[in-house]
Amino acid sequence: MSQFKAADFYQIDDLFTEEERMIRDTIRDWVDDKFMPIIEEHNRSATFPRHLVPQLGELGVLGASLHGHGCAGLSPVAYGLILQELERGDSGLRSFVSVQGSLCMFPIHAYGTEEQKQKWLPGMAAGKLIGCFGLTEADFGSNPSGMLTRMEDKGDHYLLNGSKYWITNGCIADLAIVAAKEDGEVKMIVVEKGTPGYSTNTIKNKFSLRASVTSELIFQDCKVPKRNVLPGAIGIKGPLSCLNQARFGIAFGTVGSAMAVYDEALRYSQNRIMFDRPIARFQLVQNKLVWMVNEITKGQLLAWRLGRLKEMGKLHHSHVSLAKRNNCWMALECCRLARDVLGANGITDEYQTMRHMCNLESVITYEGTHDIHALIVGREITGESAVT
Amino acid sequence: MEIIVCVKRVPATDSKVKIAADGRGLDPAGVEFLMNPYDEYAMEQAIQLREKAGAGTITVVSLGGADAQKELRQCLAMGADKAVLLDDGGKPNDGCSTARIVAAWLKTVPHELVLCGRQAVDNDEGQFPSRLATLLGFACATEVVALTLDGKVFRAERDIEGGREVVACPLPAVISCNKGLNEPRSPSLKGIMAAKKKPLDTVAATAVEPALEFVSLMLPPEKPPGRIVGSVQELVAALRNEAKVI
Ligand SMILES: Cc1cc2nc3c(=O)[nH]c(=O)nc-3n(C[C@H](O)[C@H](O)[C@H](O)COP(=O)(O)OP(=O)(O)OC[C@H]3O[C@@H](n4cnc5c(N)ncnc54)[C@H](O)[C@@H]3O)c2cc1C
Repeated sequence: MSQFKAADFYQIDDLFTEEERMIRDTIRDWVDDKFMPIIEEHNRSATFPRHLVPQLGELGVLGASLHGHGCAGLSPVAYGLILQELERGDSGLRSFVSVQGSLCMFPIHAYGTEEQKQKWLPGMAAGKLIGCFGLTEADFGSNPSGMLTRMEDKGDHYLLNGSKYWITNGCIADLAIVAAKEDGEVKMIVVEKGTPGYSTNTIKNKFSLRASVTSELIFQDCKVPKRNVLPGAIGIKGPLSCLNQARFGIAFGTVGSAMAVYDEALRYSQNRIMFDRPIARFQLVQNKLVWMVNEITKGQLLAWRLGRLKEMGKLHHSHVSLAKRNNCWMALECCRLARDVLGANGITDEYQTMRHMCNLESVITYEGTHDIHALIVGREITGESAVT
Repeated sequence: MEIIVCVKRVPATDSKVKIAADGRGLDPAGVEFLMNPYDEYAMEQAIQLREKAGAGTITVVSLGGADAQKELRQCLAMGADKAVLLDDGGKPNDGCSTARIVAAWLKTVPHELVLCGRQAVDNDEGQFPSRLATLLGFACATEVVALTLDGKVFRAERDIEGGREVVACPLPAVISCNKGLNEPRSPSLKGIMAAKKKPLDTVAATAVEPALEFVSLMLPPEKPPGRIVGSVQELVAALRNEAKVI
C-alpha cells in the first residue's frame, strides 16, 4: 500500500508549531513502519501487539503530556497530534495509550503521593508497567456514580469487593486504578497484579477494538495496602477528571481514523474504473469525498482549538464533550461513506475502512456516549440538567 | 572529537513537481521538502560514533534558506549538539559552489571529521564530498557502507562492483555515506523537546561565483498510455515489431 497522505485542505498545518509538526511526523512514520504492517493480522486474531509497548515508551508517547517522573512534558496539541497519528493506525492502539497516559498515569500524577509517583510513573512511562482503569461496571455505564464496588477500612488495609466490566488492558495490566466507594464516597485505589482476591477475565468475540484487550476485573475480599489509595481523589470528580483527559485525546484521535479512511476512499476512487472512467469522476462519489474532507476539516479545527484552549487554561469540560461528540460521529460517518465508495472490496480487511468503522462503534460509546455528551453540553448552555 | 554533518533540504522524491515560471528551477508550491535521505545516514553515523567514543560534539550545517531550519531542528532532535544555517536565501547551488561556501565556513570552526550523504537526491550531482575534501586537503572516502574509528584513524568499507573494499586513514577526513551504513533513528519526543534549547545559529553564506549556470529544467516526456493486448501472440508481435525489444 502506498504511503498515507493526511488530509489538510485548509492548511491547518500552519496552525501547529514546528515542534508539534515534528512530533506528529515522528509518530506518523513510526505507525507506517512498525504498526501498519501488522495491524490486520492482530485484528484478525484479536490480539494486542504488546511487543510495541516498550517502543511506545522509548518514543516518549506514554503519559507524554505529564511533566517529570520520566514523562515527556508535551503541549496539549502535540499530545493530541500523537493520538491522531496512533488512531490513524487503529483505535485500539490509541486506546492503549489513552488508558495508560490519561486514565492511569494522570490520576497517579494528579492525586498520588510522591512515593506513589516514584513507584509507578517511571515504569509506566517506559512501557515496563501497564495500567488499566476500572470505573464502569456491568450495570453502571453512563451512570458510574451508582457503582456497587466497595472498599472497607480494615485498619492496616482496605478490603475491596465488587467487579468492573469493559476494562481496556485489564488482563495485561500490572496495576489497576479502581474506583470504589468507601462509606458512599468514591475513592481511587491502585490494585497490583497478583494481589490475592483480584482476578480478571477476557471479554471475547468483539466486533470492535479487536486489537485491544477488554476485560472484566473481579475483587473478592481483595486486601489492598492502605498506601495504595490515591489521597487526592475524593468523589466522582476524581475519575471524571481522568475521563476528561482521555476524551480530549479522542477528539484528536478520531480525526486520525477519519483521515485514514478518507485517504483510502480517495485513492480508490481515482483508480477504480467503472463505466470506463474512474469513479472519482462521478458527481455522487465526489459528493461523498467532499463531505468527508469538509467534516474532517471542521473536526481538525475543533481539535486544534480545544488544544489551544487547554494550553491557555481556558478549557471547560463541556468544550471537550462537544469535540469528542462531534469528532467520533464525523469519523464514523466518514467510515460509512468510505465503505460505500469502496464497494464490495470495502467489506474485506484488504482495506482498513471497515476495521476503523467497527472500532469507532466503541469509541462513540466509551468515555461517555454520544448522547451523554449532548446532555453535558446541553446542561452547559441551558443551565438545566437532564439527569439529576 | 569534533564531527561536522552536512545536510540538505530536498523535495520528497515522491512529490509531483512543477517547473517554475522561469523554466530553470522547481516551483516549491505544494512540494513537500525533507532532509536528503543519504544525509540521514551521515547524521545517524555521527551519533553512533559519538556514543561509541563516549565524547564529542556534533555540529550540523546546511546551506539554504530559512526554511532549512526545519531539517536542522530534526538533526538537533536526533542528537546533534548544535546547528548552523549558512543562509543564502535558498537559491540553487551547484556542488562546486556549495563546497566552496562550506569550506569557507569550516575555516571558522573546529572540525576533524566531516560526514555527508553520498549525493543529494534533488540534483544528484554527487560532487560535494570530494570537492570539499579537495578544498580542505583532507582524505576522502565516498559511498561508505561501514565506518569505525580507532582513536583518530578511520576505517571505512565501500561496496564496489562484485566486492567490498576497506580503506583506512588518519583523520581529518570527509566521508560520504551510503544506504546500508546504518538504520537512521527517528527523533524521540524528548529529543524534539530538548532540541528547542540547543543553539541554531544563522550565518550569512560566503558569496561565491556560481561554478555552473542552471540554464533550464524540464520534466521527462509523459508516458504514452498503456495498451491491453488480446493474446500472447499479439504481445510477442508488439514487442518484436513495435517496441523492437526482442
Ligand atoms: C471497547 C470498550 C472499552 C472500554 N474501556 C473502558 C475502560 O477502560 N474503563 C472503564 O471504566 N470503562 C470502559 N468502557 C466502558 C464505557 O465507558 C461504557 O460502555 C460507557 O460509559 C457506556 O456505558 P454502557 O455501555 O453501560 O451503556 P449505557 O449507559 O447502558 O447506555 C446505553 C444507551 O443508553 C443511553 N443513555 C444512558 N443514559 C442516558 C440518559 N440519561 N439520557 C439519554 N440516553 C442515555 C446511552 O447514550 C446509550 O445510547 C469501555 C467500553 C468499551 C465498549
